Amino acid sequence: MPEISCTLSTADHLGAWKGRWGINRMSYLVPAGLYAVGEPNADAPVVVTANYKMSFDLVRRALHGRHVWLLVLETFGINVWCAAGKGTFGTDELVNRIARSGLPGVVAHRRLILPILGAPGVSAHQVKRRSGFDVAYATIRAADLPEYLDNGERTTAAMRALSFTWYERMVLVPVELVLVLRPAALMGAALYLAATFLGGSGAAASTALLAYLGAVFTGVAAAPVLLPLLPGKSFAVKGALAGVIYSALLYAVAGGASWGVPVTLAAFLALPALSAFYTLNFTGCTTYTSRSGVKKEMRLGLPLMGGALLAAALLLVAGSLLS
Amino acid sequence: MKGFRYLEGVATLELDEALCVGCGRCLEVCPHQVFEMEEKRARVADKDACMECGACALNCPVTAISVDSGVGCASGMINEWLREKNIRGFGGGGSCG
Repeated sequence: MPEISCTLSTADHLGAWKGRWGINRMSYLVPAGLYAVGEPNADAPVVVTANYKMSFDLVRRALHGRHVWLLVLETFGINVWCAAGKGTFGTDELVNRIARSGLPGVVAHRRLILPILGAPGVSAHQVKRRSGFDVAYATIRAADLPEYLDNGERTTAAMRALSFTWYERMVLVPVELVLVLRPAALMGAALYLAATFLGGSGAAASTALLAYLGAVFTGVAAAPVLLPLLPGKSFAVKGALAGVIYSALLYAVAGGASWGVPVTLAAFLALPALSAFYTLNFTGCTTYTSRSGVKKEMRLGLPLMGGALLAAALLLVAGSLLS
Repeated sequence: MKGFRYLEGVATLELDEALCVGCGRCLEVCPHQVFEMEEKRARVADKDACMECGACALNCPVTAISVDSGVGCASGMINEWLREKNIRGFGGGGSCG
């Protein structure tokens, strides 16, 4: 039975930081199985988590100084909530892991403590039927586990309430930027060539490239962080508004007065459309948007975004031919 | 959720109150406090707060709840559509692992 430390080392913190930047993120995992925190006996509680190392680290740190069994499920290095959505943090894996780890022979009771965000993948009554273990959905955050264990394993309203704080939004941004890097670099290079061809100068092409990358950044990073400050409920609208503000700033600092009407119009059409798309895509990272809502936004928003980009392209070509 | 509300009138969540046995699991698993208990039966109190994660439906022992749950980001859905239409060359590179 592996015994684990509850103190995170510099290497653990560095690993988490690298994961946030998408470095080795998909192989940042620990082996699934049963671990001992402290010196648990047959009556000690059993806490269940995912084998993403960042999840594992948060849980073991929260359990510092306690005697608890930690049952780690094979989620292939994915966190609890995302793995539950995919079904890997799920009923089958939990039931199989209980059997494979020998848990029924290790503990005298039949109760498992699961994270609330694991519930989209786990059917408690199925687990009970197939394994004999009762599932208690305890808390959303690992940090609330000590209080939960101390108050007789009762979930308070605060432990059940999701949040989406400035910090919680900010830590999501680096990996989103890294994921968009490659497509943005390819699109940027194509745009640079097109702008050189149409605009006839390297300076115009550089401005176009900067404008494009700024719009992507606005949609991927700025709007998500500023989310509550941007009006409306729709992410596409929030992103478009952020894009309009960005376009106005760009106009002011990048010599907008000399752009001419077609380029100015094209900028104010295309840049907010790009920001809107990327902010809409951030719905995949939020803690409160629904699939049906995103579908509705896409149905209404994607044609508008596509139309704006097409109109911008036509304006640029027409402007270049006329000048 | 405190400080954040998404689009109204879109959630596909349905609860058949006649089937409910009042076990309270849906209240236990919902991270947005969509349900409440009334006379030992669950009822939907705040449907617009539902993020369609599907936890309540999966954990309801009498299948009284239904909801269309699944991938919720734009690029994930575009990939899903492309896969459904069998367009090759796309559909890979899942952003969230």
